[in-house]
Amino acid sequence: MTDSRVVRYVLRFVAVAYLFLLVAWPVSLVAKNTFAHGWSSMRTALADPIVTGSLKLTVYVAVVAVIFNLVFGVGISLILVRRRFPGRRALSALIDLPLAVSPVVVGLALVLTYNRRDGWLGTTLEDHGFHVLFANPGIIMATTFVSLPLMIREIVPVLEEIGTDQEQAARSLGANPRQTFLRITLPSIKWAVVYGVVLSLARALGEFGAVKIVAGNIAGRTQTATQVVEQTYQDFQQNTAYATSFILALLAVASIVVVSIIRPKGNT
Amino acid sequence: MSIEVRGVNKRFGDFVALDDVSVSIPSGSLTALLGPSGGGKSTLLRIIAGLEFADTGSVEIEGVEATHLPPQQRNVGFVFQHYAAFKHMSVARNIAFGLEIRRRPKAEVRSRVAELLALVHLTQFAGRLPSQLSGGQRQRMALARALAVEPTVLLLDEPFGALDAKVRQELRDWLRRLHDEVNVTTVLVTHDQDEALEVADEIVVINDGRIEQIGTPDQLYDEPANDFVMSFLGPVTRLGGQLVRPHDLELSTSDPGGGRLCSITRVTRVGFEVRVEIEVGDETVLVTMTRTHYAALGLDLGGTAWVRPVAGAPTVAGSSNAAVQRDFADAG
Amino acid sequence: MIWFSLIVLIPLSAVIVKAKSGGWDGYWHTITNPQTWAAIKLTIIQSLLVTLVNVFMGTLIAWVLVRDHFFGKRAVEVVIDIPFALPTIVAGLVLLSLYGPRSPIGVDVAGTQKAVFLALAFVTVPFVARTVQPVLEQLDEEVEEAAMSLGASRLTTFRRVVLPSLAPAIGAGAALSFARAVSEYGSLVLLSGSLAMRTEVASVRILSYIENGNTAAAAAVASTLLMISLAVIVLVDIVQRRIARRD
Repeated sequence: MTDSRVVRYVLRFVAVAYLFLLVAWPVSLVAKNTFAHGWSSMRTALADPIVTGSLKLTVYVAVVAVIFNLVFGVGISLILVRRRFPGRRALSALIDLPLAVSPVVVGLALVLTYNRRDGWLGTTLEDHGFHVLFANPGIIMATTFVSLPLMIREIVPVLEEIGTDQEQAARSLGANPRQTFLRITLPSIKWAVVYGVVLSLARALGEFGAVKIVAGNIAGRTQTATQVVEQTYQDFQQNTAYATSFILALLAVASIVVVSIIRPKGNT
Repeated sequence: MSIEVRGVNKRFGDFVALDDVSVSIPSGSLTALLGPSGGGKSTLLRIIAGLEFADTGSVEIEGVEATHLPPQQRNVGFVFQHYAAFKHMSVARNIAFGLEIRRRPKAEVRSRVAELLALVHLTQFAGRLPSQLSGGQRQRMALARALAVEPTVLLLDEPFGALDAKVRQELRDWLRRLHDEVNVTTVLVTHDQDEALEVADEIVVINDGRIEQIGTPDQLYDEPANDFVMSFLGPVTRLGGQLVRPHDLELSTSDPGGGRLCSITRVTRVGFEVRVEIEVGDETVLVTMTRTHYAALGLDLGGTAWVRPVAGAPTVAGSSNAAVQRDFADAG
Repeated sequence: MIWFSLIVLIPLSAVIVKAKSGGWDGYWHTITNPQTWAAIKLTIIQSLLVTLVNVFMGTLIAWVLVRDHFFGKRAVEVVIDIPFALPTIVAGLVLLSLYGPRSPIGVDVAGTQKAVFLALAFVTVPFVARTVQPVLEQLDEEVEEAAMSLGASRLTTFRRVVLPSLAPAIGAGAALSFARAVSEYGSLVLLSGSLAMRTEVASVRILSYIENGNTAAAAAVASTLLMISLAVIVLVDIVQRRIARRD
């Protein structure tokens, strides 16, 4: 291309400088600040039962959420792509809503729906002794809602692209729906599912706003890792805050790197 | 001379696209750069246009040293194989683009666009988008667009490659007539020898980054410089280590003198042509002739005959390369 | 664009139902509460500014990613996605490291409006770049070569040939960027200090209302935000359609 070399270098410089100053440098400082005193910050943090408790809770919630995402994600994707029904577009938009809307609003919606006093579903559930809000089920639900779209957004385009040819061929050879699904459909979306799991896991680990509302900031109740970061920083326990952040950041960056490596080039 | 290319070399990494290429293109002519895919002809065209730059060598356009000029300053019109239409602009705006860039007065632009639309017979499509046109129409639009700015030179890169055979034929004829009318120096890149033979005043055969031969269609067909040119431009068959055209071989039922004995192994009829496969010694040779001629000879499958080249037929010493495989695949 | 509008319309309806429960008076009272109004204004203005910056920078970054080739480009791709994957609270801490009280370069914007801008710029980095990138990749370079052979300079070619093709993607990215910025919460908690009337954003107000048990007010603010998001989405759609059609 007959591109002026100067223009090319300037653009490159501006892009890299912007990203460096805004993202790369600050993120690297988290690592630097965490290990400013060697491993002591990390050791203190990991010795703190509140921190370890929060990490356990976060991982537990994230894993459960991802399992839900897997089951519902694949199922909903299949329905969205393979079936025509009125309100399909609305459903698709509904699924994607947590991506465009504040996590605080997601939390609000959950509170409105499940609260004990006048929530649409809350009153019924409470009668059966099932606590949603301020308890793990609520946290899991909030986390699932915000990470489900990431799974579905990976699977739907792939399902659309591969079409129904292979499935029809399988049917014509005598396979029943279950066999078709297990032997044909699932393997063909395998990579999309992998990306979906990694991305939604990263999202689930990092959810903050919605969880904060749904879990409440009740002292003594186990908090998620993200809540712990906020808490410890505001309590002037900055080292612990940085250490916990480092762990979370590491997991987030790792997930991007993993996806970047295993995804073939040219497939954003 | 309209275009002077001297000593051009171009590499892409380890791949040598052009190796010391020099060619002079006469003003007002329609020259074809002909050769197999990957042979370097598109690269040469793009270097002339300024879309690529040669590693060494020079390019002169109408006496102006253009080797390092960007395409904007060369005043060349370029037509791409896949049209490169400005999808979001109407046909008229596409054609007007070059003039608008040069800030010509609106009235002038309008009249020139109308003139060109009439020239390429697209007047009724002026307001349409390229996506609403057929391939052939899009290519005519692309040509009109390139001609709008009155370029010194018109360059076409496999312009009909993406079109159906019938449309290709139509546009080929149309291009020739357009050239006769407009008379701008035109260089056409193609891998289709029929196209080159039909349309061009002069053909430059390029293979593997090198020029094999330059000449008129007749010269190339009748006096090929080497086996590559001969086998690329028409059907060839090999007889006694020489390449000769199958229609330049004659069969006779008695020895005409200088003939060789052969046996007839296969006879196929394609339209008006009859293709006779014969065995001469351990060589399989192809002879083609008209139906009437074959009937007149009264030969039989499995029979014997004498074969010899027609007097004055062009032959070239055949080398043991892929040219021989083309005997039967490309005959006719 | 239709599905995107639906995304915003559906929670809008759910939340509006709640907001209505306070009656129109209740809604208006909430919105015009000086603290709340300041928060809404701040949120919208900063989000618009950030979106403008993203339109420019995002397109530039996408261009560099697609058209330029240099060592370490893969790393740049990873860096772009970090704000998308990073927990928002961690993002706040991350920015505090460089632009807060313990900054190694002495820049401290914590507790100022600049901090709000910074946090929003951080979390919206990927949006325009990632929507523009695939479109740019698909762009036929021959079209640009055609324009150049007709005499257009690089800049003219970009403006009249490339940009119109990118307009829809830039628009989509801008809409996403705005929606995301307006929704941001986690990164602002630590970085902006959520000082009432100065650096408090709408989502923080919503949280306060919820914690005080005033869900009707929370719903009122939330629905306002959603309506504004919807308006911006529609506006962006109109503008980018105009650009795409102009030439």
